[in-house]
Amino acid sequence: MTAATSTVDAPRRVALLGNPNCGKTALFNLLTGSRQKVANYAGVTVERKEGRVLSPAGHSYRVLDLPGAYSLNADSADEAVTRDVLLGRLEDEDRPELLVCVTDATNLRLNLRLVLEVRQLGIPMVLALNMSDLAARRGIKVDTEKLSKLLGVPVVNTVGVQRNGAEALLATLDQMDLAALAERAPAWETPSLEDVTRTHRRVRRILAEVLDAPDTDSRYDEKIDRVIMHPVFGLLILAVVLLLMFQAVFSWAAVPMGVIEAGTGWLGEWVSGLMSDGPLRSLLVDGIIAGVGSVLIFLPQIVILFAFILALEDSGYLPRAAFLLDRFMGKVGLSGRSFIPLLSSFACAIPGIMATRVISNSRDRLTTIMIAPLMTCSARLPVYALLIGAFIPQQTVAGLFNLQGLVLFGLYVFGIVSAMFVAWVMQRLGGSLAHHPLMMELPTWRLPNLRNLLLGLYERVKIFMRRVGGIILAMMIVLWALSTYPAAPIGATGPAIDYSYAGMIGHFIQPLFAPLGFSWEICVALVPGMAAREVAVGALATVYAVSGGADEAAELGSLVAQQWSLATALALMVWYVFAPQCLPTLAVIKRETQTWRYPLLAAGYLFGMAWFAAMVTYQLAVALGAG
Amino acid sequence: MWAAAAELDKELDVSVNLAPATPLAKLTVGQSARVREIRMPSATHGHGEQLVLRLLEIGFVPEEVIRVMAVGPGGSEPLAVRVGGTMFALRRHEAEHVLVDVLDPNS
Repeated sequence: MTAATSTVDAPRRVALLGNPNCGKTALFNLLTGSRQKVANYAGVTVERKEGRVLSPAGHSYRVLDLPGAYSLNADSADEAVTRDVLLGRLEDEDRPELLVCVTDATNLRLNLRLVLEVRQLGIPMVLALNMSDLAARRGIKVDTEKLSKLLGVPVVNTVGVQRNGAEALLATLDQMDLAALAERAPAWETPSLEDVTRTHRRVRRILAEVLDAPDTDSRYDEKIDRVIMHPVFGLLILAVVLLLMFQAVFSWAAVPMGVIEAGTGWLGEWVSGLMSDGPLRSLLVDGIIAGVGSVLIFLPQIVILFAFILALEDSGYLPRAAFLLDRFMGKVGLSGRSFIPLLSSFACAIPGIMATRVISNSRDRLTTIMIAPLMTCSARLPVYALLIGAFIPQQTVAGLFNLQGLVLFGLYVFGIVSAMFVAWVMQRLGGSLAHHPLMMELPTWRLPNLRNLLLGLYERVKIFMRRVGGIILAMMIVLWALSTYPAAPIGATGPAIDYSYAGMIGHFIQPLFAPLGFSWEICVALVPGMAAREVAVGALATVYAVSGGADEAAELGSLVAQQWSLATALALMVWYVFAPQCLPTLAVIKRETQTWRYPLLAAGYLFGMAWFAAMVTYQLAVALGAG
Repeated sequence: MWAAAAELDKELDVSVNLAPATPLAKLTVGQSARVREIRMPSATHGHGEQLVLRLLEIGFVPEEVIRVMAVGPGGSEPLAVRVGGTMFALRRHEAEHVLVDVLDPNS
């Protein structure tokens, strides 16, 4: 679009730009509310957020939230996108007509340097002094008029977390003259060390004229940090925080999970009642409703875990946790930056893998992606619950711990330790265990904002639901077909699935799993269980022809307890620590790495480790008399 | 603190500091220091000028006063360093490019 064709009615393209942690996303949320479109930039896996806003004067804007950047001299995939959008180097992405440089008014030192750098690009811009309420409360006074004169751009105060905090910004945008920008070419080259130092000096000179700030703006933070980042207390607090978080995930989610389970059960019965017996009813009830329901049931756990993660991130705690764990992660060649993606993976590896985008070092990012599936995600829990309930006695160990709980805890730890081992091997093979970058901002402490929290959660839920509706639904249908056809012959004695393609595959692969102590029934259940781990429980119920209903799990538990040895059960648990039985995860690895190589590699090494570890477990257990 | 900024350009050229500079990584928790210079990385590190440029960009510029706020468990890294109102976590190999003059706490 050229200036000549842009009319008052055409939405103006505005881009928000700023340092990470300057409150830019809060301001974006305030401007656009839920009128946001989240997608990826063409060809790269950087999140692209755009929203629409109508100013009180009636102008409409398309607002683009550029990834946070410290500099145009990009150091990560995110920063590269910001640079390329501004320079018009990105295909399918028009250069913005207007720039809003968002700065943290409490930290202009760092923020203004980027503003000066970007100003050279010649795009009309407005400087937003965000978090101006916080700045005022801390006694920081900025002479906006003078600052505007020195920079040659309009300067406005904004408050990203207040309902009318962007009014002044919109009013200023309305007055901006777009005709001036026309087709000026962007001029930018990588700055030299001297350039950067010079820019900093200019920032200092400008601030000397416009800023009146007390020297003690960090007094509260220092007190908190002295405890939170303490080598001993800090780690203790981190352990307690994580423990509380997982406790909440499991106890708070129980009720909504029951509701979803009952809801899908009711829906299945209702549909069953409406239709006559036949393949279509079977597809709808056993395939789609039961299948999608079995994945949907994890939504409450995912929501709760993400509510914690988002709140902890918003408050500034997570970067500090990453700080505390950096040395530990460094032992295996990763950095503290991998901590947040791995933490998310305990809910589900999919958002965890997507969260690796913040890792600037591409090798570290790849390693984190490859080990994310080893974090015990919530989909493994139904399998663990079935096996632990059936085989591990309810008894107290050392007068304090529940043996069943200890086994579950052990499986979590086993996953983490294995992940660390794999990371170590991968980083070794990559030839570098030392000198991985950390350089991470530890932002000031802030109270999490409820509105941003809810918007963030809504986005996560939407991503999850889209997966359930797309890839998972498709796979459920395929697996239903595999487990249903061909139908059992008339007069058949075994369960119907035994005669299906899934049954044939199960029988065919059974010799491979004999050293693991897996019966053919288990092998058959593993086939539909490829779609998602928890499906294996339902598949086992089908294989053993357990009647459906509320007691299904308990009934199945007592049945497998009679049929399998303890060695087999242990081997199956260990199998599930590793086995990448989750096609959506592999699909997301493909999407994030842009090649089939890594999902195939992940599937290969995870299946290999699963087989080997389960085999060792089974053989050891048999040797010890648990066969 | 800002008042001196205008004088900086002149100052930098004339002041010759004869005392040996301390690498940032050698500072203990609570110590303040003034940045003297950013050293280019030795060839073995392999992350080249980009790291030094980024250190400058986030505020580690000559004359800036910095302070070590915390050190990670284990006592050597990472370092939490406050520079120009922002706190950054740096690994030892990143911090060692920053050469500083330790400030006397009483002055």
